[in-house]
Amino acid sequence: MNARLRWRKLVSAFMLTMTGLCAVVAVSVLFFVLGYLVYNGGRSINWDFFTKLPTPVGESGGGMANAIVGSAKLLFLASLFGVPIGFFGAIYLAEFSGSKTAFVVRYAADLLNGVPSIVIGIFAYVLLVLPFKHFSAYAGGFALGIMMIPITLRSTEEFLLGVPNNLREAAMALGASKWKTIATVIVPAAYRGILTSVLLAFARVAGETAPLLFTAFGNRYWSPGFNQPIESLPHMVYIYASSPYEDWQRQAWAAGLVLLGLILIVNIVARFILARGVAVQRS
Amino acid sequence: MTVNLTPTGVINTSRETAAPAPMRMTISKVNFYYGTKQTLFDVNMSVAANRVTALIGPSGCGKSTLLRTFNRMHETVRNARLEGEILLDGQNILAQDVTQLRRRVGMVFQRPNPFPKSIFDNVAYGPKINGAKDPIAEVVERSLRRAALWDEVKDHLHKSAYELSGGQQQRLCIARGLAVEPEVLLLDEPCSALDPISTAKIEELLVQLKDSCTIAIVTHNMQQAARVSDFTAFLLVGQLVEFNPTPQLFTTPSDPRTEAYITGRFG
Repeated sequence: MNARLRWRKLVSAFMLTMTGLCAVVAVSVLFFVLGYLVYNGGRSINWDFFTKLPTPVGESGGGMANAIVGSAKLLFLASLFGVPIGFFGAIYLAEFSGSKTAFVVRYAADLLNGVPSIVIGIFAYVLLVLPFKHFSAYAGGFALGIMMIPITLRSTEEFLLGVPNNLREAAMALGASKWKTIATVIVPAAYRGILTSVLLAFARVAGETAPLLFTAFGNRYWSPGFNQPIESLPHMVYIYASSPYEDWQRQAWAAGLVLLGLILIVNIVARFILARGVAVQRS
Repeated sequence: MTVNLTPTGVINTSRETAAPAPMRMTISKVNFYYGTKQTLFDVNMSVAANRVTALIGPSGCGKSTLLRTFNRMHETVRNARLEGEILLDGQNILAQDVTQLRRRVGMVFQRPNPFPKSIFDNVAYGPKINGAKDPIAEVVERSLRRAALWDEVKDHLHKSAYELSGGQQQRLCIARGLAVEPEVLLLDEPCSALDPISTAKIEELLVQLKDSCTIAIVTHNMQQAARVSDFTAFLLVGQLVEFNPTPQLFTTPSDPRTEAYITGRFG
């Protein structure tokens, strides 16, 4: 074996090790975060955590029931606002628009996706908080909903475009109008993918704090209806983790764990839906 | 007492001597463009009622394009433009509502394209969206019988259409097309993705369907055209070279180019 060949083998072995190590680090970050959360937060998760209101400083115990319900309400509002717009917008892009319009809308959606979430928060603040002079679940849901639009739109569009054209032709040759074709053939053929995109968008905004800081604001008590300041899990993590009280810090870990668990479950369910059989035969 | 004696030579026992049938569709002076590229040049032909009309020609000759204009499926392609006149029972199809037209002129495509639904729902799709008069289950059974598929699928109508073989899927697509009771059925190389046995079944089916339906079929297979059709149109680079009764076109072609093609000198 000459020197040159030896050198090449050495470089090859070095690159293999290095790239492999990076891959391991990438994966282990997730497990490290998970493990740390479980270790620190696991102890504070108990029945009270899910059913009780936060206690005043100095008093131990209490829970985050209001934040859990608050997050659910905010995400409900966000989905109500963001999913239909993303979904129907995607249908327009994939089925009706010309390539130029589609390019512009796609580009705009990608830009919107890249807008820092705090900026979206300010936008919602100016639009839905300032005029009414109080924070509300509506404002928070609106801010999160805006963030759901581009995610839902782009991935739904991809799945609609993935439906083979010959199914469109088949329906139209039977006398189906364009809309009938979409509603009865195209969307049903792509529904797994569409559902997955909605779930992923949901999981993506579930952990957002910044847009909620000056829209939903936070609330240490129950927030009836949708027109009052409301607590959310990520906001609770932010407040509790940066507090000087050990008891609160522990609860912040627990809240983080619950949040991550929720997002992981939604993600896994989404993958599962998508992986369950191929809905459309590729010919 | 008068006895109506028919001269033996005129008895319609075979398609060679088929009586002239009324025209269901008339195509006149059709020019077709994709953008600026012209793909059909001044085509004139007709489709006889209750007969099979075949369109043959080498790849790219425009036979599929021509067929797709018969129910305006060409409009699904951007930049496609049609000039000329296509009459269905004397009415210009270009002036009609396109969904109504396609209900009357159905289409079966090159590759089987069943919906990702059950066998039953595939056939029921057309009647459902068009508002069927008869109960759906009856329409489904009748259509599957007409497509010679009923016996093979009657016990698992609610299985996915994708569980059928390619040949069965194509007959399912024919049944789906028949379920809306079209007056004309267009078939665009329906057997090109199928094995010989499935092909034979579909050819047999086409001959049976003539009683109730008018058929136009594109095929790249000359033997198939000779076997199933009553009339044949031969196209070459967008031009209709010859349109004649099938036996005549295949035995005594009137154009030297037709002869060259059917004897296998090109294409």
